[in-house]
Amino acid sequence: MNKAPKDTRVVVGMSGGVDSSVAALLLKQQGYDVVGIFMKNWDDTDENGVCTATEDYNDVIAVCNQIGIPYYAVNFEQQYWDKVFTYFLDEYKAGRTPNPDVMCNKEIKFKAFLEHAVSLGADYLATGHYAQVEFRDGEYKMLRGIDENKDQTYFLNQLTQDQLEKVMFPLGGMDKSKVREIAKEAGLATAAKKDSTGICFIGERNFKEFLSNYLPAQPGTMQTLDGEVKGKHDGLMYYTIGQRQGLGIGGSGEPWFVVGKDLQKNILYVGQGFDNNLLYSDSITGVNVSWVSDREIPAEFECTAKFRYRQADNEVKVKILPDNTVSVIFKEPIRAITPGQAVVFYNGEECLGGGTIDEIFKSEEKLTYVG
Amino acid sequence: MERIYLDHAATAPMHPRVIETMTDAMQSEFGNPSSIHSYGRSARHLLDTARSEIARSIGAAPNEIIFTSGGTEADNMALIGMAEALKDKGKHIITTEIEHHAILNTCHFLEKSGYELTYLPVDETGMISLEQLNSVLRDDSILVSIMFGNNEVGTVQPIREIGALLKEHSAFFHTDAVQAYGLLPFDVKQMGIDLLSVSAHKINGPKGIGFLYAGNNVPILPRTYGGEQERKRRAGTENVPAIAGFSEAVKISKESMAEKTEQYAGFKRIVINIFEREDIEYQVNGNAESCLPHILNVSFPGANVESMLVNLDLAGIAASSGSACTAGSIEPSHVLVSMFGKGSERTRNSIRFSFGFGNSEQQVEKAALETAKIVKRLVNK
Repeated sequence: MNKAPKDTRVVVGMSGGVDSSVAALLLKQQGYDVVGIFMKNWDDTDENGVCTATEDYNDVIAVCNQIGIPYYAVNFEQQYWDKVFTYFLDEYKAGRTPNPDVMCNKEIKFKAFLEHAVSLGADYLATGHYAQVEFRDGEYKMLRGIDENKDQTYFLNQLTQDQLEKVMFPLGGMDKSKVREIAKEAGLATAAKKDSTGICFIGERNFKEFLSNYLPAQPGTMQTLDGEVKGKHDGLMYYTIGQRQGLGIGGSGEPWFVVGKDLQKNILYVGQGFDNNLLYSDSITGVNVSWVSDREIPAEFECTAKFRYRQADNEVKVKILPDNTVSVIFKEPIRAITPGQAVVFYNGEECLGGGTIDEIFKSEEKLTYVG
Repeated sequence: MERIYLDHAATAPMHPRVIETMTDAMQSEFGNPSSIHSYGRSARHLLDTARSEIARSIGAAPNEIIFTSGGTEADNMALIGMAEALKDKGKHIITTEIEHHAILNTCHFLEKSGYELTYLPVDETGMISLEQLNSVLRDDSILVSIMFGNNEVGTVQPIREIGALLKEHSAFFHTDAVQAYGLLPFDVKQMGIDLLSVSAHKINGPKGIGFLYAGNNVPILPRTYGGEQERKRRAGTENVPAIAGFSEAVKISKESMAEKTEQYAGFKRIVINIFEREDIEYQVNGNAESCLPHILNVSFPGANVESMLVNLDLAGIAASSGSACTAGSIEPSHVLVSMFGKGSERTRNSIRFSFGFGNSEQQVEKAALETAKIVKRLVNK
């Protein structure tokens, strides 16, 4: 596309946070025909009956008026419920720890929302994600954001060529501190706004309480793999592999950690010591794997991988298996890999794609206790 | 980009004559109409003149006009003021499913306060049934509130017949005429209306002013207490400049009523002709025989109202989906739900165009062409 910026319409997905505010500002400064759109995916009211999205939308309105761009809202509650929240609950029911942000990017932000943007005549969709898109060697590459601490390619691993072709990440080449600085200099209403934490629809609330509204909690036994009972758990879905907090196991010696779950028997397995051997594995299988590139992927290759957000890169060997699955073999054992989370592959700065962590192995033997 | 405003049912631009009248009033009439000195007398004179002008426009006496901050306050006052005044006589109130939220949410408040509400349904054209109204009337029915012309689809209710029906009953009759006033002739006595709400900003007057007509036989209780303004039914120093502007807007609307009716009918024909010529699929919502001249509500099968409105705005055309939405709320219009049922696609693909002061045939033509273009793009994607 070789249109001049002024003839290029860019829809910016605006959350009411500082990142998307600055993304919109930068694009406007570059002369694009910028349109700000707020996405409402979740209906929630606070204790005073005020819709929490209203507050965020008010920030979007303030910022868009400051920048001088039109703003609108669009509602994807139904799609979000069907595609993201249902998956989220199903994964918990299956004893896994889902990653709704990955699913939201795949199904909502870069699908339903992208389609909406295109229906408004947009040439591009921009967001405040910390990632970079580059057209190189005849295809779109997705690169990590320059700010190592903020890089969000982990959550964007399911994006493909069709999407990257229409996507802009204006913040990918800068540090978060620079983003704050730009916002402050421009006097944007969101300049000092706190970053959102946690899963978007839960926000700052108590996670346990939230989940208990949707899934019945079944308390059960907490024990070691050898059968030594250590106490009771509140419901398996409240625990994730490697977790230390909230176990309430007293006594002397090293702290206790969640090492696994038995969904059938409703047992939470715990083990002592951060470096407990039970927490380590050396290979996994990944499912629902998607690659950024359209080109054929070698049957076997070496790269690095992340098994959770902000984890340091791990050297791995990837073997392609049928039906969008892979086997991932680690160079060194890795601690606390959690089924349901994303495994994301990198070649240097380039994000190659990723999938969902399914089964976990040690010495080629499946770790049945992790769930 | 030339912008075209086709959302006059939401609010309308002030007429230059109104601005002039208000500017004069603000410059020369700052007195408090309740004061005994010359400043007060002069403001009082302006207030009385305006009140008479406005009363005359609906065939009422000046002392039957209570100035309010707008249509919403007038509606609240009519419902709550009457409910409180008549609570010993009965607690049953009848309204419709297609009222403005100023009525509906006040009714919900009254329900919580122990009143019993009956919401009349409407047919596919947005019309209530007189037989049904007759059948739900009870001995303890104290008030019937039925809007004159609907703000979303324009359907005009059989007000005269309702008035006649209620003459035989002790219940009082309120009508929310915010959307109809200024476009249709009114005579509250002949029409059997006991209470009537009007807002100035829909008729090219200023925002923040409106009135409630309450006939002299109506035992309404006040909602605000304080001074003796508005015969103690609405305390607070009068907004004299706004009232003067309102009165001027009333004069203008009376002068131009016939001309507007004809002009807007022409606009509707232009839009429909263009939709036909461009061969897009559409359905007009509302009642063809009994409707407000300035509202044209159209369904576009296969199109989505959110995309439609944003596309129109980006093309410089201001229209709406009927009820304003905030923060991406997709509550489908309660009016369209009442007409077509909750599952109907028409509740999600309907656009309201509303004409008014300043619109020209060229503008309407351009807007219709742009709409057809957008519909084609959205439906055939």
